[in-house]
Amino acid sequence: MSIKIGQKSYGDRIQDGLSNSFMRKAVSGAQGRFRSGRLKAAEELGDWEDWRTLGEEIRSHTMENLDYYLHQLSEQVENRGGTVFFAKTAEEANEYIQEIAKKKQAKKVVKSKSMVTEEIGLNKALEKSGCEVVESDLGEWILQLDEDPPSHIVTPALHKNKEQIRETFMKKKGYTGSDDPVELAAYAREQLRQDFLEADIGVTGCNFAVAESGAITLVTNEGNARMVTSLPDTQISVMGMERIVPTWEDLEVVVSLLTRAAVGQKLTSYITALTGTRLEDEVDGPEDFHLVIVDNGRSKILGTEFQSALHCIRCAACINACPVYRHVGGHSYGSIYPGPIGAVLTPLLDGYEDHKDLPYASTLCAACTEACPVKIPLHEHLIRHREIIVEREKMTTKAEKMMMMGFAKWASTPAAYKLSTKMARTTLKPWTKDEYIEKGPGPMKGWTEQRDFPAPSKERFRDWYRQREQRSDH
Amino acid sequence: MKVSLFITCLCDTFTPDVGKDTVELLERFGCEVDFPARQTCCGQPAYNSGYKSESIKGLKQMIKAFEQSEYVVGPSGSCVHMIKEYPKVLADEPEWAERARKLAGKTYELTQFIVEVLNVKDVGSTFTGTATYHPSCHMTRLLGVKDAPRILLENVEGLNLIDLPLKEDCCGFGGTFAVKNSLISGEMVQEKAEHIGETQADYLIGGDMGCLMNMGGRLRRNGQEVKFLHIAQVLNAQ
Ligand code: SF4
Repeated sequence: MSIKIGQKSYGDRIQDGLSNSFMRKAVSGAQGRFRSGRLKAAEELGDWEDWRTLGEEIRSHTMENLDYYLHQLSEQVENRGGTVFFAKTAEEANEYIQEIAKKKQAKKVVKSKSMVTEEIGLNKALEKSGCEVVESDLGEWILQLDEDPPSHIVTPALHKNKEQIRETFMKKKGYTGSDDPVELAAYAREQLRQDFLEADIGVTGCNFAVAESGAITLVTNEGNARMVTSLPDTQISVMGMERIVPTWEDLEVVVSLLTRAAVGQKLTSYITALTGTRLEDEVDGPEDFHLVIVDNGRSKILGTEFQSALHCIRCAACINACPVYRHVGGHSYGSIYPGPIGAVLTPLLDGYEDHKDLPYASTLCAACTEACPVKIPLHEHLIRHREIIVEREKMTTKAEKMMMMGFAKWASTPAAYKLSTKMARTTLKPWTKDEYIEKGPGPMKGWTEQRDFPAPSKERFRDWYRQREQRSDH
Repeated sequence: MKVSLFITCLCDTFTPDVGKDTVELLERFGCEVDFPARQTCCGQPAYNSGYKSESIKGLKQMIKAFEQSEYVVGPSGSCVHMIKEYPKVLADEPEWAERARKLAGKTYELTQFIVEVLNVKDVGSTFTGTATYHPSCHMTRLLGVKDAPRILLENVEGLNLIDLPLKEDCCGFGGTFAVKNSLISGEMVQEKAEHIGETQADYLIGGDMGCLMNMGGRLRRNGQEVKFLHIAQVLNAQ
């Protein structure tokens, strides 16, 4: 897998999403829970806006000084017995990890949820070099069994509900239990236990690396990450180069923001911090630790007007707040990063060619911007993307371009503007019935396919106003 | 107090009554109203679609049209917010950016102007009926006008205001989104229409004509008998 998922066109993906009533019910139900959880958690904190400001400051300070902190981090990791590898591309990251697997003669790799390994397509790469890869988080495991891509960045299997999960377990694993979530989770745990014991390598993501100490932190609710990091002898953590905080104090702030914004929790069940390799007097931990820091397009974003997109802490609050996501679901975005942050980030990382429709999959309602705990102006980034698509990439249709040039003329020439509003009623007459248009011509088609359009009024406001003025003059 | 009306293109062409009510409301509180006739569209459709250079031509026309005004007041949160964006859009042209800043600084959405500048919380109107209010996205989230419409509506005599479920969710209008992504837009406005139906209100009130045309058009298509009104129409009702 890579950033892009599937080969279907945007239009087909939207059709699929909209007609999947099963998914839509699962998504809108979950969105409801996440949204109210977030609002409640924000209210509890009282000064949510101050927290957001603090979060934004920490993130922008880190990005402004990213070189410094990456250097500090790598020194600290190495001081503690780890090895750091900077991967410029997905291929470089995969090759490095494949190399380790080869050296260790690894047969089995257990993983804990990580978006960046999805992004670089690590599972496929490892499988190619003969390793069995087992996703150990419940959601990821379900998707792996079903060969389905994630549809959300915090709860990757959000698009499925318990009946569907039970079915997957029955089909792929011969499960015979009920669809009770507790029973389903217990079954998964049971199944995964053996994998943990057998694994040669544990791969994790990294929510935040703490530069001052070289610690990798993982924020989870299932605790599987602990097994992944403590049982196998070799541990590899893969992180996007922006997932870094300067100090433990900063970590406290961003983790509080993350868990509250994501699901409305004060904290998650597990916040694991791992620092280097096992010391002589320690009972667990890896003998060998590698930190792979992935660029894969990120450094191109630094220093541009999109830099704040790198502030993202992957809490998914924007996704949960988005009414478009609510209806189309995660797969419609055609990217492993769905929703508003996906629409901003995907074209930045993977180019406009395959993703030029994403910036338009938004009404610019700004629910995302309002929800974002680190104040990324998501809807403004979407407008900026559109500008680039129009002006730099020149990817819009000729017809649209002509229309907008007409618009410019219309809006800048009062006489033309006045004439057109005067003519509007007559122009639309052939399509008008009972003061409404139910099937409109040309560009109106999209509108009238979904709703009626009112006929322009007999008398414009400006006509009324002029007459009123004339009357009062007399 | 001298107030220049900013009557949006939709309002001018489709719902002149909203403009009339705006005039009467402002006059009721002693404002001296004028209508600069050289105003056009705020430019939002082009700007939000990524056609920044195309939008700029219109923005300059708007800046010129209102240059002499003391206050500019418009019955649309969304279009007023667009005017607030002008300085940013024109950032590369310092002289225009400055003129844009002046315009942005004196421009208000109607209910915001009534509450914040005129300092009026009760306009003294009477409207008998059951209604629900949709707080449109650009008005609430982007322009930051959250309380003014609610305060004014709560003081309208005879008005029974029912809360709209998930009211903060976008109605699916989004300017060209309604045309470009009409399928998604249709699902969004359908959900809205269902929520409006649940309230069993007779009227739907809003502060943005675009959103009202979207929701009203869907209600009509669905055969739902809910009338839509701009907030100016309710506030000026006697
Ligand atoms: S963009 Fe903001 S809200 Fe969305 S996932 Fe990132 S941090 Fe969370």
